[in-house]
Amino acid sequence: MPTATSRDLLAYSGRFVRLAEADRHPVEITIDGRRATALRGDTVLTVLLVEGGHVRRSEFGDGVRAGFCLMGACQDCWVWTADGQRIRACTTEIVEGMHILTEPTDSLWPASA
Amino acid sequence: MASLRVVVIGTGPAGMRAAETLVAAGVRPIVIDEYVRDGGQIYRRQPSNFRRTHRTLYGSEAERAASLHVTFERIRDKIDYRPQSLAWNIYDGALHYVESGLSKAIASDALIIASGATDRLMPVRGWNGAGVYSLGAAQIALKSQACAVGRRVAFLGTGPLLYLVASQYRKAGAGIAAVLDLSPPVRRLSALKNLCARPTTLLKGLKLIADLRRHGVAIERGVTPLEIVAHPERGVEGLRVRTAAGLERGIDCDAVALGCHLRPETQLADLARCEFRFDAATHHWLPTTDSDCRSSVRGIYLAGDGVRLVGADGAEAMGALAALTALSDLGRPIDHNRAARLRRVVAKMERFQRGVAEAFPWPAHLARDLSDDTVVCRCETITAGEIRAVCRRDGIHEANRVKAFSRVGMGRCQGRYCGSAAAEVIAAAAGVPVERVGRLRGQAPVKPLAISVERVVA
Repeated sequence: MPTATSRDLLAYSGRFVRLAEADRHPVEITIDGRRATALRGDTVLTVLLVEGGHVRRSEFGDGVRAGFCLMGACQDCWVWTADGQRIRACTTEIVEGMHILTEPTDSLWPASA
Repeated sequence: MASLRVVVIGTGPAGMRAAETLVAAGVRPIVIDEYVRDGGQIYRRQPSNFRRTHRTLYGSEAERAASLHVTFERIRDKIDYRPQSLAWNIYDGALHYVESGLSKAIASDALIIASGATDRLMPVRGWNGAGVYSLGAAQIALKSQACAVGRRVAFLGTGPLLYLVASQYRKAGAGIAAVLDLSPPVRRLSALKNLCARPTTLLKGLKLIADLRRHGVAIERGVTPLEIVAHPERGVEGLRVRTAAGLERGIDCDAVALGCHLRPETQLADLARCEFRFDAATHHWLPTTDSDCRSSVRGIYLAGDGVRLVGADGAEAMGALAALTALSDLGRPIDHNRAARLRRVVAKMERFQRGVAEAFPWPAHLARDLSDDTVVCRCETITAGEIRAVCRRDGIHEANRVKAFSRVGMGRCQGRYCGSAAAEVIAAAAGVPVERVGRLRGQAPVKPLAISVERVVA
């Protein structure tokens, strides 16, 4: 299921830079099938962008997106949980064992004829 | 005396002071808030396991932030607090909101809407690239997650937030590429006179700018943005601007924080069928209120930046005033001297905001000059050229018609981030004053809801 994304191609480790509060309890999560370590209190968006360069791929063909407003207004950071729930990455706090999918999978949709 | 049912939407400065005032009058308000913690955006709270002090987080506004947060703790068991609840519609005299996947309706004797504001954006070619954030977003990343949005952040736009966020980044040790203000240096005397309505605030602002300069941050005023250089896979790789002197300049950066002051979140007032007016100074369509925060609809009161920009301190005064007005309209005795004092505070804040609007004007002219291939709607990548083509082909200039034909304003953000600029693009293309473009009608739900949301009858 993990697909090659530009996240893997980025020369640096991520887009966001942690400036303080780095001594928090680590929390193990999964992003697109890969293990990742977040810190308690991180939002889903924060962990995606500390780990990589983007949140999702635009469905309109203009490349990758990395969120925009961070206050739940622009809806540019939709991702999915493994059980098919759509979440706003910027307003969702991570929880231990969370599995995040940056693209909706076909299995979330009923099979078509 | 029968108990009153009063609903407050929002827990920012306006909503919090409204709730506090109601509690003091012996009313237990229902307080609906979309977020997980109280505070709204300006005094947004960090997660409970973070340790930075109020001073670190809110700087010179630390006392005000702490006062609001303490107020919340004090009244918390005297209000019916419903966090993580999205108010999504108002009809048939009831507020509809979603909490834990269930949509509920509440009718009330009075509804106080303190919905706050979001960033106002003027598109720049390339702003749909990864690594471009609103100024508010750059501030939230720092305040609530202790992160910078990049290693070298360029601040581009206008308004007090431009300098405030840049200075917060500087103090937190983040890398700053430059601060680029679209407004020319303040020349108009009227702007200065109005800004002097709040001399300490003006002084704080000037200090911020001096502090940035002292630490070697490049500040340019009167800049014209040309392009955010963004790779489709890697995101922001630079920025090109034209300086006031007419020179083209490249800025090396990996993130851009972009914004032109704020815009009120007026959708709920619109759904409640409140009357609106066009404000020529800011090009905003604003719900009308009287000087006591009454909207044109009986039982609906509007307070804070969600009705017109008054700033955080103005929002506190408006929130308290709206609550007093509601109480008075419902036959409860109120302290009229206090109401008069609050009205004076609001008037002072409004004068200051007129100064802000004059010193950092909405750069409407930039919309006219956007290249045809510049994306205006980030949600669905609708370009300025597509909007212009629809206006010319169909000979139309009304915002909702242009939306129907071009889809501008129809995407996920429902026009929050493209609406202001799209109106200017339409006006310039059609050759009409922007007020004749009208305003995008608020549509329910005001934010997307999951299809799985169930309606329950309260």
